[in-house]
Amino acid sequence: MSAEGTSFKREMLATLPSLRAFAVSLTGKHDKADDLVQDTVMKAWAKQTSFEMGTNIKAWLFTILRNEFYSQMRKRGREVQDSDGVFTERLSVHPPQYGSMDLEDFKAALTKLPDDQREAIILIGASGFSYEEAASICDCAVGTMKSRVSRARTRLTELLKISGESDYGPDAVSAQVTSGNGF
Amino acid sequence: MKKDNLVTQQRVRMQAGRADDGLGPTTDIGSRLRALYGAVQDEGVPDQLLDLLEKLDNAEKAQGGKSTDQGGE
Repeated sequence: MSAEGTSFKREMLATLPSLRAFAVSLTGKHDKADDLVQDTVMKAWAKQTSFEMGTNIKAWLFTILRNEFYSQMRKRGREVQDSDGVFTERLSVHPPQYGSMDLEDFKAALTKLPDDQREAIILIGASGFSYEEAASICDCAVGTMKSRVSRARTRLTELLKISGESDYGPDAVSAQVTSGNGF
Repeated sequence: MKKDNLVTQQRVRMQAGRADDGLGPTTDIGSRLRALYGAVQDEGVPDQLLDLLEKLDNAEKAQGGKSTDQGGE
């Protein structure tokens, strides 16, 4: 019995970094994300008898976290998602192949997506779920999930194209000025 | 072993079946999504969460493996 508990704990531990990243994408804030993950861990622990070992614990935990997030949001009103959007804080690790501006633009574009589309494209494009798993996490049909992802991708492409065209705007001047500063 | 398999399956799934949805590793959107998500993942798990898991696990062991199904649905 205690061996089973330990392996449940181990499986949970392995999922926590990804679960936490999803929580950050939902709440927009690290501290709120950590609270949400904490609530999720406690919920999941209390219902672990309803989880079958060997099945997909990651999808199970994501489902609990997402339900918890929306139920807290309903209780508190819509203040949970901050207006400054997703992945906003403490991104100290900038992967070398992207300039920080590049990712800033992308973050801004993500924030403009409707919640359901943003969540869909993150689950599929970043968390690594299949459409079937993501649909089950979000309690929607697989076709709905596919169309949310597709609309999110189209919208992001448009938004990024627009921000890429800022070369023609007043920004071109400041871009020229800053391009000489060694960055 | 089982976990390794699961991870492999997940990787394979991430690589396969992505060509058609425009979110693969070579796409702008796919790679940036993963860069943002990965940056948070790489921060690791905060101590308070690790402590919580530890406490839950210890409490269960102390109970002699009795069911912890107290929260209910």
